[in-house]
Amino acid sequence: MKIALTNFMVISFMLMSANLWSVNDAKITSSEFPKVLSEFEFFIDQTKQLPAENVHPYELITTLFSDYSYKSRFIYVPEGKEGSYQKDWVYDFPVGTALIKTFYYPLDERNLDLGLNLLETRVLLHKETGWEAVSYAWNEEQTEAFIKIAGKTINTSWINNEGVSRDVRYRVPNMNQCKECHSTNDVISPIGPKARNLDKDLVYRGEKKNQLAYLLEHGVIDSIPKGNQAVADWEDESVPLQERARAYLAVNCGHCHMPSGVANSTALYLDFNEIRPLHLGINKSPVATGRGSGSLKYSIVPGEADKSILLYRMISTDPGVMMPESGRALVHTEAVNLIEKWINSMRR
Amino acid sequence: MSIKPKLILPFVLFYSLICGAQVIAIENGPDIQEKLQEALILAKPGDTIRLGEGFYSFSDGLSLDVDEVKVVGTGMDKTVLSFAEQESGAQGLLVTSSKVILKDFAIEDAKGDALKVIGADGIYMINIRTEWTGGPKSTNGAYGLYPVESKDVLIDGCVAIGASDAGIYVGQSENIIVRNSRAHYNVAGIEIENSYYADVYDNVASHNTGGILVFDLPDLPQQGGHHVRVFRNKAVDNDTDNFAPEGNIVGEVPRGTGIIIQANSDVEVFDNDISGNGTVNLSIVTYSAETDDENYYPHPKSIQVHGNRFGNGGFDPDVDKAIAGILYELSEGNMPDIFWDGILPLTQMIFGQPDEEKLVLSDNGEASFMALKPIKYMLSLPNVTTSDTEPYNRKIRPLSAVVMEIPEGI
Repeated sequence: MKIALTNFMVISFMLMSANLWSVNDAKITSSEFPKVLSEFEFFIDQTKQLPAENVHPYELITTLFSDYSYKSRFIYVPEGKEGSYQKDWVYDFPVGTALIKTFYYPLDERNLDLGLNLLETRVLLHKETGWEAVSYAWNEEQTEAFIKIAGKTINTSWINNEGVSRDVRYRVPNMNQCKECHSTNDVISPIGPKARNLDKDLVYRGEKKNQLAYLLEHGVIDSIPKGNQAVADWEDESVPLQERARAYLAVNCGHCHMPSGVANSTALYLDFNEIRPLHLGINKSPVATGRGSGSLKYSIVPGEADKSILLYRMISTDPGVMMPESGRALVHTEAVNLIEKWINSMRR
Repeated sequence: MSIKPKLILPFVLFYSLICGAQVIAIENGPDIQEKLQEALILAKPGDTIRLGEGFYSFSDGLSLDVDEVKVVGTGMDKTVLSFAEQESGAQGLLVTSSKVILKDFAIEDAKGDALKVIGADGIYMINIRTEWTGGPKSTNGAYGLYPVESKDVLIDGCVAIGASDAGIYVGQSENIIVRNSRAHYNVAGIEIENSYYADVYDNVASHNTGGILVFDLPDLPQQGGHHVRVFRNKAVDNDTDNFAPEGNIVGEVPRGTGIIIQANSDVEVFDNDISGNGTVNLSIVTYSAETDDENYYPHPKSIQVHGNRFGNGGFDPDVDKAIAGILYELSEGNMPDIFWDGILPLTQMIFGQPDEEKLVLSDNGEASFMALKPIKYMLSLPNVTTSDTEPYNRKIRPLSAVVMEIPEGI
């Protein structure tokens, strides 16, 4: 009798918690970061990455390359508030918002059911004082993720689609590195959730729906801009080369290489808004590139990818040469092929 | 404590006293990477991070983004931060905050730049050494001490060795003092680029490819470099072959150049010892590459060179470099101590320069001079050069000194 009652209580508690499970708002806005990820209560089942009801998964059309890791993205906006649309920029999400991104490798890309290796969960938290970013690294048991102020190196491997085991020295960024990419005019800001990069169809519980429409319906965003121009999916071969290349460069380089970004002193601007050929790198001399130039004279030489510094730095894995400066240890071969093709397609 | 951030700045000392600015001592050990990086992130304004004597080895770059932090070692030869084993990160140490004091340590063998500072409002580097220990190599990182887009930059008592671009490089900055420092075996010893108000004095630049460079480049967020004083320096014996990777502007610098002034205005070069430079002791030139930047002024103007002591120069010209080749041809092998390419906007070449923009040369001892007459040169007329300094012997208009508030007790 006693046992049955206990069971009953456990079951009813579980049912209640599924419905009433709520994110710990105080942890998001607190000046101190929690030591472990679970304190935020973003997930009903953290290991399975099963989010609370008002923590919404989302996807981007073109994403940042992070050593072939997979990413699960979630957004939480406090009840009764919403992100407001900003032209050419990310939605302006209210204080209390959390963006959550878990990085992982499948053990074997050919069969995702074999299990996942969760590496880290990065959070961007909108506090009263502004956005702050930090990452939590998962333990080997995959039960909890622990704050890593100073970052962490994870030597790991996964089996890729070709059945090849790939080793990687995966770096969890330190807090300063989070800031370096997420800074515009020295203020931390989200990068991903721009209307144009969210504008895609997803399947929600078996039903296909536009992601922006879903987010609007669930009170995450306040509006969808009229005539929204979705970014190209860099992997979509039906899209013109130029658009794919620009999308890839904007998402992978443009957050630093823009006039208000950390790399603005280089005058190489790869964000979506840049239209001046010189500042896009066409026949642009390097400024303070050092050996990053690879003895080449220009960022992009139309028609000659092998003479283009931009490509040289994408192909390198030498920390003193490679771009981006952080967040990559492996060569993104597919992107290198795309950029090579794009440069070679330009009229000399 | 509920002191508003903007009140903190004027009351640093007070704040430090009541809140207890901390001294954080970092012990060397196998986890030094994480320990020091964590301390750099968690430091509060006013704190000091202290590194004892020792050889500290890092696998990743370090960074500091907290204002008013002091990072201090026990001496540039005693506290050594080595990046020889670096596997990630584009710099040794990156600083992105303001009013930071870095003192008494060395950064060795960084894979990229040794010490980069972006956007600081107040950065004070004292007795810092940056070095690539394998000698001059094109695989060395580009810059030793590299503040960019910063204001109130002090580089004092520092040493920069082996950079494949510039040992001490101040770019797109304002209000700058570089003094009591040494630069050896770099491509450029000391370079002030696209910057405003700089005093470069009491430094030694020797055994570089070029000693001291004052440059301005087009198409950048900050350009039109002006008000640079270069005085009481020794730009001597710069005799290292240019080992910069091609494509970089310093790759054009001929081995054996003492001082180059390119496309700046209001530069005063005085009381320096300039000798032992095998190509040319002092070169004043126009930016010669093509540019469509309409806001860019490629010519040097209001340049004053006076009271310098010129010694032996031009004895081993690096004629493989374009500028040295032309100079060698024009001078028929008698390389001058001071060279000016004479290039002006076309209207000025025809109608003359405004007086205040004219080159001033005075009291430079026996220094030989050569200026090009570009129109004659282009038309292949005779007498394309002049060596007469008399027209340039004009009244000196001293530039004012850089005024900088330097924190007490550093």
